[in-house]
Amino acid sequence: MTGLKNQGVPDAGHALHLLRQMLRVRRLEEKCIELYSAAKIRGFLHVYIGEEAVAAGVMETLAPDDAVVATYREHGHALLRGVSAGAILAEMYGHAEGCCRGRGGSMHLFDAATRFYGGNAIVAGGLPLAVGLALADRMAGRQRVTVCFFGEGAVAEGEFHESMNLAALWQLPVLFCCENNLYAMGTALGRSESQTDIALKAAAYEIPAWAVDGMDVLAVEEAARRAVDAVRSGGGPHFLELRTYRFRAHSMFDPELYREKSEVAQWMERDPISLLQGAMEAAGQLPAEDWTALQADVEAEISTAVGFAENGTPEPVSELLRFVYSDRPDDGNGGTGNAEATGNPEATGKGRAAG
Amino acid sequence: MPSLGADMEHGKVVEWLVKPGDYIHKGDLVAAVDTDKTVMDIESFQEGVLAEFLVDIGDTVDVGTPIARITATPAEVPPPSKAPPPEPPPAPHPRAAGGLPEPGAKVPPPVRHLAHTLGVDVGRISGSGPGGEVTRADVERAAAPSVTGAPPRKEEEQPEARPTPAETRRVRSSPLARRLAAELGVDLQGIAGTGPGGAVTEDDVLSAVPPRGQPAAPVSAEKPAEAPPSEAAEPSEPAAPEHVEPQEAPRRGRREAGSKAESLRQAIGALMSRSKKDIPHYYLSTTLDLAAAMAWMQAANQQRPVSARLVPSALLLKATALAAKEVPDMNGFFAKGAFQPSSAVHLGVAVALRHGGLVAPALHDADTLTLDELMDQLRDLVARARAGRLQRAEMADPTITVTNLGDLGVESVYGVIYPPQVAMVGFGKVLEQPWAHNGMLGIRQAAIATLSADHRVSDGLRGGRFLGRIDELLQAPDRL
Amino acid sequence: MKTTYREAMRAALRDAMQRDDRVFLMGEDVGRYGGSFAVSLGLLEEFGPERIRDTPLSESGFVGAGIGAALGGMRPIVEIMTVNFSLLALDQIINNAATLLHMSGGQFNVPIVIRMTTGAGRQLGAQHSHSLEGWYAHIPGLRILAPATLADARGMLWTSLQDPDPVLIFEHGSLYNVAGEIDDDAGAVDIAKAAVLRHGDALTLITYGGTLPMVLDAAEQLAGEGIEAEVIDLRSLRPLDEHTILDSVARTHRAEVVDEGWRSGSISAEITARIAEKAFYDLDAPVERVCSAEVPVPYAKHLEQAALPSVERIMAGARRAVGAGG
Repeated sequence: MTGLKNQGVPDAGHALHLLRQMLRVRRLEEKCIELYSAAKIRGFLHVYIGEEAVAAGVMETLAPDDAVVATYREHGHALLRGVSAGAILAEMYGHAEGCCRGRGGSMHLFDAATRFYGGNAIVAGGLPLAVGLALADRMAGRQRVTVCFFGEGAVAEGEFHESMNLAALWQLPVLFCCENNLYAMGTALGRSESQTDIALKAAAYEIPAWAVDGMDVLAVEEAARRAVDAVRSGGGPHFLELRTYRFRAHSMFDPELYREKSEVAQWMERDPISLLQGAMEAAGQLPAEDWTALQADVEAEISTAVGFAENGTPEPVSELLRFVYSDRPDDGNGGTGNAEATGNPEATGKGRAAG
Repeated sequence: MPSLGADMEHGKVVEWLVKPGDYIHKGDLVAAVDTDKTVMDIESFQEGVLAEFLVDIGDTVDVGTPIARITATPAEVPPPSKAPPPEPPPAPHPRAAGGLPEPGAKVPPPVRHLAHTLGVDVGRISGSGPGGEVTRADVERAAAPSVTGAPPRKEEEQPEARPTPAETRRVRSSPLARRLAAELGVDLQGIAGTGPGGAVTEDDVLSAVPPRGQPAAPVSAEKPAEAPPSEAAEPSEPAAPEHVEPQEAPRRGRREAGSKAESLRQAIGALMSRSKKDIPHYYLSTTLDLAAAMAWMQAANQQRPVSARLVPSALLLKATALAAKEVPDMNGFFAKGAFQPSSAVHLGVAVALRHGGLVAPALHDADTLTLDELMDQLRDLVARARAGRLQRAEMADPTITVTNLGDLGVESVYGVIYPPQVAMVGFGKVLEQPWAHNGMLGIRQAAIATLSADHRVSDGLRGGRFLGRIDELLQAPDRL
Repeated sequence: MKTTYREAMRAALRDAMQRDDRVFLMGEDVGRYGGSFAVSLGLLEEFGPERIRDTPLSESGFVGAGIGAALGGMRPIVEIMTVNFSLLALDQIINNAATLLHMSGGQFNVPIVIRMTTGAGRQLGAQHSHSLEGWYAHIPGLRILAPATLADARGMLWTSLQDPDPVLIFEHGSLYNVAGEIDDDAGAVDIAKAAVLRHGDALTLITYGGTLPMVLDAAEQLAGEGIEAEVIDLRSLRPLDEHTILDSVARTHRAEVVDEGWRSGSISAEITARIAEKAFYDLDAPVERVCSAEVPVPYAKHLEQAALPSVERIMAGARRAVGAGG
């Protein structure tokens, strides 16, 4: 592990990019909280503040046609995978311009263009999907990687173990990223697991696994790059445990009775953004005007996104029953009769007939 | 007051974590708020100086209510003399507001509906049912004395058939039986049920009317009084002799065989009375030039075996069906206060039964049949009508009906519309008549066609066009 | 051509594997063992272990993997041994397969086919015998099929694979050995419409799947008593072909629903409700239902038989409906 100290970063230009990525997530979610408090956004809202280094570091290592499966705390993953802040916010507003046309909301962001498969609000429910996406790539002979994010709470679920086993048994190209923020809602890891070393659980399935400092974006990126390369080159599934911390409550309605404020404060001293910013500043790699400009850029992006979401339109209620079944022109039973084809480029279209 | 969850409607400020004059950073915690679930610290999304509190500790306010004012600089802080504007008391929760008074007793929806229909206030009835439930009988009892003084409230439904409440007795009957009885104008009260638990079934209703008896419009009293209603025309050849008695349908079986001309007469009477009461009839007639049609038919018949010969009725029926297709105001049903045109033409054909009475089953999609198909189906329909073997759909489906009394020597017939249909076409005898054509007087075959139509749906202009169309169509019989 | 339900199903699998190389079969013991009901016997040798893929006992895992593979462009056929075991995969079927299209605003459809056996009658006790297809029919986003005839066993799979959305196929365990004739060139069939397998005007018998042979038998015997029953094979439980049901009831005015599922909150309840809602004024008698007794299916033969629909119970219901005693 490199460890961000005050001696600066090897590639200041790239580090500045990572800093920007983390800041984009941070500012987007701060705005989400504000909009939620103003009742513009409803439903559950789970923010990623404090954990930004994980998504920022891992996403950096992916190719455009790789796939991403995430959880309900996925605003940052969606944004850094390439979904626009405007489409994300509009989705939370329940507007037609949202990335899921208002059908998903905060917990269910999807995007076919960037192969972003959600947005899964069932803990561990996304793991089998990731295994299947990887299986499809393997069977089709494609050199793609599927990255699956989940929290440490998921390791208690049967689907976690079934998925580890299947992926290892079939040597599938999937990278499991466990975002260990120490609490499954309010239940601390030590109160729910007999074995708290999560990487060890993956290792038990013969999956190469590391634990990584999830507050150090450079460390995350380095580990992820190593793992992704191994997966892509046919090394079978890999596993990263990213040790991180959620600074904010589990969701908006959470008085945080389960942890001490001092513990939160302690972790906030290792804020991934401040950490990188501090390291760069100390080594003279982040001139003040660059930092100011960066902040202004990000503020402008989020402000534009809010405007986009605010000015969105509600999907007409006449479209209520749409997307329960695929639109198909010839069927009065299943589909709702809309002609527009579904967007999943892989799940539609003619088979490669074998003759 | 920020919203901390979708189910949070209001919050109570239990503690201020800052004081006026403090400089507030974005994200600073400013107050503790008691929600319905728990106490939460809330943060500021504004940066600046806390100017004033807008609510007091202990105040409960709705989500979205300002609770403090933050200004950009201390200069904007108002002078201390200016008291904070009084917070309006929280609006009473809508659910707490007075709504409809609870009824005094449990009232099942059908009973509530009955009470509404009869104008009875269920709140004043003490129920005699289980657990004090108000029953149908309770409502009827309550309604009975007030009937003379207070007529039932006006409703969209047609009130005409409703018995007085005192007479209302729930007859155990199937939904189909109730629908049929209503269609036939039959009173269920008098019918003994043979179904489960003595329920009146379809068959019971049909037995109360003679088998499959469903009256077509008999000759009306207005015009040719000489035509007795039971002697409606037979449009084609006689039925096969073995089917003289109406036969019981093999299914379900135990309906009494044997026709009761008397009750059929009653049923016809009830239906026709209803028709004349509800339907504002208007009547038109025209004389059809049948020269071309008869000549064409005779020529066609010379090349056919006897069994396949056409009769004039076939041509008249086909022309009527085509005209009905073209003039939709004649073809369909008047129901629930509106006309529903039918895209298909199911032509009702009045068939006299041997034991008296008549039925008017449908030739389905008559406009699409060739003349030969129409002849075949007409023969089959007449035979089955007399054998009592019609299917229900054939009885219920006609969208317009034709009666032809020509074979009896009747010159013109003005029918009574069969509700819910909106038109009835009558044909009289084919006669040789002196006829002026292109300025020359000659002898031609002709017949009088009449139309009885529903003024709620059409008027003489449309009706005239319809009759005219029949005549035109008959001028090109080879295209029928 | 003479065949059995099992052979017809196998022919459908082989045909699909040959026609589309995106198709593969995955499930417990589908390969080496030959399928727990021998449906896939011989296919491993023909298509190899990649496409006839044995899985660990991980219903949620491999059903979810099937969903993921469908998202990734494959056309997986996932076999679950029995509907009882499918409960271990409910999360994947209901929270993912049925919802992804909607949650993603139409971006991600899931073209997966999940096959499983259902039903009782073979003394397998309460954890291998239940008929839970009606539960699945509750879920928007799924198509639920119940092939009951040889033609449907042969033809429904290919059509299901062409469907862009998840299709669940329920194969009643008692049908696998049913033998009969199908056309030599039998192939894909529609999966949206119910079929009227026998015409009659006295009442409508509505059923699907494992109880269809029983209902046809009952209809034959009823005809001997002068009661001509119409028989509807639903074929698809979702979407439900309401039109065929209502059209028949409008002609017969009486209906009897036969369903091996339990009566309470069931597909038979749904059908009955639709008739009551939409054909009320066509009814001349209360709708009859023949369902399984509301107990977990017992082991002992006489108890199991007593719990299940029977020809006798179907006939008794029909007689009540037409008012012919019984």
